[in-house]
Amino acid sequence: MSGFINALVDMFDTATIASIVAGASALLFATMGETISEKAGVINLSVDGSMMLAALAGFVVALQTGSVWLGFPAAAAVGMAAALVVAFGSIRLSLNQVAVGFVLFALCTELSRFLGDSYVGRPGEAVPAWDIPGLSSIPFFGRVLFQHNLIVYLAYVTVVATYLFMYRTRRGLELQGVGERPEAAHARGIAVNRLRYLYTALGGALIGIGGAAFTLDLKLGWSDRPTRNLGWIVLAIVIFGGWHPLRAAFGVLLFGALQAFALNLVPEFPNLAQVLPSIPFPAMILVLVIVNWKALLRWLDRYPFLRAILRSDPPGAIGSRFEVS
Amino acid sequence: MTRSRLNFIVLPALVVLVSVVALLLAAGTNPWEPIRLIIQGSLGWPPFESGSANKVGDTFMVWVPIALASAGLIVTFNAGMWNIGIEGQIIMGAIAAALVAREVSAPRPLLVLLTIVAGAAGGLLWGLLVGILRTAGGVNEIFGGLGLDFVALSLTTYLVIGPWKRPGVASTSGTEIFPADSFLPSVGGTRLSPLAVGITLLAIAGVWLLFRGTMYGLKLKAVGRNRPSSFLMGIPTDRYLLGAFVICGALAGIAGTAQATGFHQKLIPTISGNYGFLAILVVLLARFRPFWVIPISFFFAMIAVGSSSLSLRLNVDPSLGGVLQGVLVLSTIFGLGWAALRAARESPVDDGEVG
Repeated sequence: MSGFINALVDMFDTATIASIVAGASALLFATMGETISEKAGVINLSVDGSMMLAALAGFVVALQTGSVWLGFPAAAAVGMAAALVVAFGSIRLSLNQVAVGFVLFALCTELSRFLGDSYVGRPGEAVPAWDIPGLSSIPFFGRVLFQHNLIVYLAYVTVVATYLFMYRTRRGLELQGVGERPEAAHARGIAVNRLRYLYTALGGALIGIGGAAFTLDLKLGWSDRPTRNLGWIVLAIVIFGGWHPLRAAFGVLLFGALQAFALNLVPEFPNLAQVLPSIPFPAMILVLVIVNWKALLRWLDRYPFLRAILRSDPPGAIGSRFEVS
Repeated sequence: MTRSRLNFIVLPALVVLVSVVALLLAAGTNPWEPIRLIIQGSLGWPPFESGSANKVGDTFMVWVPIALASAGLIVTFNAGMWNIGIEGQIIMGAIAAALVAREVSAPRPLLVLLTIVAGAAGGLLWGLLVGILRTAGGVNEIFGGLGLDFVALSLTTYLVIGPWKRPGVASTSGTEIFPADSFLPSVGGTRLSPLAVGITLLAIAGVWLLFRGTMYGLKLKAVGRNRPSSFLMGIPTDRYLLGAFVICGALAGIAGTAQATGFHQKLIPTISGNYGFLAILVVLLARFRPFWVIPISFFFAMIAVGSSSLSLRLNVDPSLGGVLQGVLVLSTIFGLGWAALRAARESPVDDGEVG
């Protein structure tokens, strides 16, 4: 019991909080990407594989060119390519999105292992640290928020930008319309399928950047399946976040906190050292399960304020295809 | 029709061939050699030569869990469910079988029967849980299943390094070998168990019969095609969905038993061998037809067994086998989609959904 309390107390350490803030960057990119894609109606189930392949691409390109900043566009291109395969399969060929996404997940995962084999353990490039002048010297907040690197800052900018775009612009409204009521959007003269291609590709690019954020910043270098299972967590967080960028970002931070907590527990329970790091994965999905429990949702319906915060409804036309008849 | 049928067999095969050859040339190896090595590693070279009994036995015992899981998945797919939780169901089957193998002492035939029943029960329970989350909780089966996969995986790792660790050493290499009485009976000093192969063939035939000759199968299909109207027709849809998960879970659990007391003869953290996910690919490739599962999962088993020798002999990563499977399935479903699109263009009547 005291072990739990010690681990809990350690969570409020400045360094721990700063590491959660920084460690969230990759998943923030990927979660925003998947949120945009699903909001437009296309489920990109390949995240776990395509993020991994993009992570490899980013690592290799940065290594070969010697520039970490070239790694990110390369990773974005790979993520975008995978997303376009899902979009083409589901929109043009009317295939089941889940089927295409799942097969692509398996293929990209194996491809990353095959192509990455000779890069295992090789030192690569890393995103340089960059403290924001002025802001970084604020006590506590400076350490927690402003002593990271450009990619971390960019991740949070992406979250805010996604939110503003989706809910405060006309184009964002179109994006929502395409995912909620494609027929209505079509009737208003919006090219539904063209926008779905566009936003799935954009989402895929963000997923790719998320992958590169692992190999070039958070978990430097390449190993066998370095981002294993994190793509599934991204998919879960999108649902947990109710397809809302800010709530999804909260989900990413919650997952990061769970991971940090599990790591803090390791010194207290050394004989479980190999099990503890994997606990946040079931824990996160179980949180999702509870949040989506029908009975809980019915109870929430009686409290409009809580309902607005906790309830998550998928976009109306998610996973379905749209044809002009 | 014949032309488009030809297209979606020839096209994927060509894509696979071209992409694999390109990959291997990029990796700097002779493209024919890995294919020969995969065959040699799984069946011997020439195939079934006299010294290859062990390899052939191993390949069959990898075929067993893939084919069993595939048979189960056909049931859940027909009910319209994506049972990603199949990995967890295999793992829980293996854990339950391991529990019986370690703790129960009984005459050999009875003990073997008990491990199989326990394995089926373990998988069934985990499958039922996914189903309950879906029907009672409204939790999408993909995420409920994935969560239970993670739970099962953490549980095996915990058991292997915790309560069931080998005396003195806690290592992820596995528990102690089970008592020999609990092993699935095998022939000729190999791992090949005719009992396991027989059960697998029976399961596949059973699933075929379910959808060909029973009212239950027909109703299950109706639930999968259109749940609201099946409900209005008086089919208790939730019970049918749970039934599909129960059948699939039990078959996956037997697959787990075959892994635990047949192939590895101990419990290891990676006991599922990823065969559940592989089975999803098999079923997509077989287009939900039970008898096609037999050759396709055998081919996948050959790749799984044979590709492990690639790294030793050619310094090519064994994941090449997985790449090959992925390209094959992806190009097949895209080929099917393309053929359906062309057929729809030629005749305006829609001939159903693909994939």
